[in-house]
Amino acid sequence: MTTDTDPQRAEALRPWHEIVRDALKANDVRLITFVPDNVLRPLIEAVQADPFFTVFSTTREEEAVGIVSGAWMAGMRGIVLMQTSGFATLANVLASLAVPFQIPVMMMVSERGTLGEFNIGQALVARTMRPVLDCLAIEHHTLSRLDEVEFIVDRSIRQAVATQAPVTFILSPLLTGGKVFQK
Amino acid sequence: MSQTANTPLVRDQAKVMNRFDLISRMVKKLHRDEAVIGGIGYSNFDLWAAGRRPQNFYMLGSMGLAAPIALGVAIAQPERKTIALEGDGSILMQVGALATIAARKQKNLIVVILDNGAYQITGGQVAATGLGADIVAMARGAGIGQSMWAADESHFDELIDRALAEDGPWLIGCRIDTSKPVDTTERDPAQIRDRFMRGLGVKK
Ligand SMILES: Cc1ncc(C[n+]2csc(CCOP(=O)(O)OP(=O)(O)O)c2C)c(N)n1
Repeated sequence: MTTDTDPQRAEALRPWHEIVRDALKANDVRLITFVPDNVLRPLIEAVQADPFFTVFSTTREEEAVGIVSGAWMAGMRGIVLMQTSGFATLANVLASLAVPFQIPVMMMVSERGTLGEFNIGQALVARTMRPVLDCLAIEHHTLSRLDEVEFIVDRSIRQAVATQAPVTFILSPLLTGGKVFQK
Repeated sequence: MSQTANTPLVRDQAKVMNRFDLISRMVKKLHRDEAVIGGIGYSNFDLWAAGRRPQNFYMLGSMGLAAPIALGVAIAQPERKTIALEGDGSILMQVGALATIAARKQKNLIVVILDNGAYQITGGQVAATGLGADIVAMARGAGIGQSMWAADESHFDELIDRALAEDGPWLIGCRIDTSKPVDTTERDPAQIRDRFMRGLGVKK
């Protein structure tokens, strides 16, 4: 019988944001820039609480991508946290900086617009995300199961660095609970 | 030093100078492998023309991101002074970056704005700067206290010396004319990035 002291089960009970934080740390991803989102809040708080990371918000997602690109070229790995609407502002910087200069920009997007969205603008803009990623041939994974988070994040960071290519992690409401309409 | 004292210049009082001359003056002062990010428009063309340095990064798009890229370099290598060379039209597009830089209090960062009042590379259309917007005042408002207009060439030299020697962040505004750039940057992004990383000692 499995109990809560069983290491595998204890791992399975850890929340997604702790698993992500530890995978970033294990891969020496120290710089975290973000434009806030409610679903990302526990991850932002977890990395802010850990002095290993340099964490700050920017005024636009593009700016955040510029900062982690500069940091990568100067020897520091970084990731940008944002929501779907923020990703929609990035096609130009990805096509003119990250992809052609071969910079492994890492991105984590909290997915709005699906599975119970209440804002039509979010639902529409969300539909642009995967087509943009696909047409720029950017690797992306949708994180929907807790037991897959560690493997996907860890392996994909290694791949991004090894192949000098950006990667995007999409946080599905299936994993995070998403944002629910409250009257 | 009179111009850097308590009564800073406004844009209208600054002399209109030449882009290539100013960039050449600046590059001659870089003796410690300082990093320079050349923004789009003609900024990176004259950086290229002022002499190849492996510590130069030339942008090919991503309008407005010279200062954010420079901020990233400065965070990763806090011992190295890093300079963003950006056009007025470009910084207007990403003006929030000034507030981010101020909030970070990034000591080793210098932003040099080349202000011709126009979007020159796309045909010289007037920009908000040509109609009264003052980037130096905007930067000060964003919280970059050490923001000033270069009154003339010798004042520019003086400001660059100070910015290289003393803690930043700094923003130096330069009014420039609409001379054509001296050369055209070679558009090979993978090579630009590879050289830059070697120039910064990240790749051997
Ligand atoms: C997002 C985006 N919008 C528009 C353009 C077209 N564009 C390229 S350079 C430029 C003007 C840049 O102006 P400035 O920074 O003042 O430099 P200058 O041309 O005066 O040297 C514009 C509008 C672009 N490359 N990217």
